[in-house]
Amino acid sequence: MISTDILIIGAGPCGLFTVFEAGLLKLRCHLIDALPQPGGQCSEIYPKKPIYDIPAYPSILAGELVDRLMEQAEPFKPGFTLGERAEVIEQDAEGQFIVTTHRGTVHRAPIIAIAGGLGCFEPRKPPVAGLEHFEDRGVEYIIRDPEFYRGKRVVISGGGDSALDWSIFLAEGVASEVTLVHRREEFRGHLDSVQKVLDLAAVGRIRLVTNAEVTEVHGDGALEAVGCEIAGEGVRRMECDHWVPLFGLSPKLGPIADWNLNISKNSIEVDTFDYSTNIPGIYAIGDINTYPGKLKLILCGFHEATLMVQSAFKRIYPEKNLVLKYTTVNGVTGF
Amino acid sequence: MDPLIRVTVIDREGAAHELEGPTDMGMNMMELCKSYELPVEGTCGGMAMCASCQLYVESETPLPDRGASEEEMLDQAFHVKPNSRLGCQLHLTPELHGLVVRLAPEA
Repeated sequence: MISTDILIIGAGPCGLFTVFEAGLLKLRCHLIDALPQPGGQCSEIYPKKPIYDIPAYPSILAGELVDRLMEQAEPFKPGFTLGERAEVIEQDAEGQFIVTTHRGTVHRAPIIAIAGGLGCFEPRKPPVAGLEHFEDRGVEYIIRDPEFYRGKRVVISGGGDSALDWSIFLAEGVASEVTLVHRREEFRGHLDSVQKVLDLAAVGRIRLVTNAEVTEVHGDGALEAVGCEIAGEGVRRMECDHWVPLFGLSPKLGPIADWNLNISKNSIEVDTFDYSTNIPGIYAIGDINTYPGKLKLILCGFHEATLMVQSAFKRIYPEKNLVLKYTTVNGVTGF
Repeated sequence: MDPLIRVTVIDREGAAHELEGPTDMGMNMMELCKSYELPVEGTCGGMAMCASCQLYVESETPLPDRGASEEEMLDQAFHVKPNSRLGCQLHLTPELHGLVVRLAPEA
C-alpha cells in the first residue's frame, strides 16, 4: 500500500503544481493518472500547442509547461501511479481514504485532491436504442483480443484509423466476414490503410458500406443482427455476431461520478473558500470542479491548488498554526 | 464598423435566442452560447475534440469551410447532418451576422 499526505487524482498541470504548493508546507504527495505519462491533456492531446495565458510566459508549449512543472515539483519527490485509473474510494476506521485503481494498486491518505481535468477518456457510444442490452453480448467498443473474433461475422463502424486498421486485421484470416460501415464516402485514416481497405473490398474480403449508419441492434439476448440505414436505400438488416462501433474517445467523469460527491454538469461542486467538496477531506481543483464564476483555465487551477493545500494542512495538523511561506525569503527546501 | 453581430440560436426545446456577440475578442459560437448560459458543454475547451458544441446551420450565411480537425471530429460524432458544424470552430466575424443555428442533441 502507498501512503502519503495528499493523494492527487490526475497528474495534469494542476495536480503537478499541487505537489509544489504542498511541498512548501512539508506535505508529501502521490499522483494517480489513467494516462501513462504525467501532464494530462497538455501531454496527451496538445503538447506542441502554445499556451498564451500562463503569467510571465508570453507563450509556452503545453509540453514544455509540463516539463517545467515536473522540475518545480521534483524537490518534493512526488510518487506516481501512472496508467491506472482511480476506481474505488473507501474510508478506513481511522478516517483515512483508501483509493484503489482498476489494476488493484492501493493508496492511503488523509486528503484527496481530485485534479482530474476532463475526466477519463472513454469510448464514444453511438445513440442506438437498446444498445446497452447488447454490451459484451456482441457489442464491444474496444477490440482487446482479435482472436475473440475468429470465425465470427463482424460489423465495424467508423471512418478513422482504428476502424480501418481493425477491419484490415480481422479481414486477413481472422473473422469469417467483415463489414465496414461508414457515414461518409471518404475515410480520414492513413492513406495506405484506406487503400488497403479498398483493395480488400475489391476482392470481397471486406464488405464496404458507405453513406450508412448502424441505427438498430437486434437479437434475443445476444446480438444477431444490426440494422443499417443506407442513404437512398433505407434500413438494411445485416446478420452478424459482433458489432464494434469505433468512434474514438470522449472524456467522461468516470468512476469518480460514483464517489458520492455533489456533481453538476459533469463537474464536482466545491466551496470556493478552500475548494472542498461535500465530503470532508476530499477537494476538487482545476477543470473538474465547478462553482459560480468558474473559468476552466490552467492559471485558475494553480490558484485553487494553492488555497486547497492550506486547508488540507489544517485538516492534517489542526493544532499547528499555519504560516504562509514566501519562497523569496527562504528559497525552496525539498525533502 | 460596429464590432457587435447578432445571431440566433435555437435550443433543444425549440426556443429561439437572439445573441449579441463581439467580433473583436476572438470568440467563437461555443463560447458565445456558454456566455449566454445556453446548454452547450464545450467539454474540450474549443479544440474540436468533443463535438459537445455541435450545431446545425439553418441560415444561408456564408461560412468558412470545415477545417481538417473539425471534419475529423464530426466524422466521429453522432447526429451529424450535412449542415453540422462545431460551434468552437465558428469564429465570430462580421460575416456571421444574421446566422441562425440549432443546437444538436446532447451526445
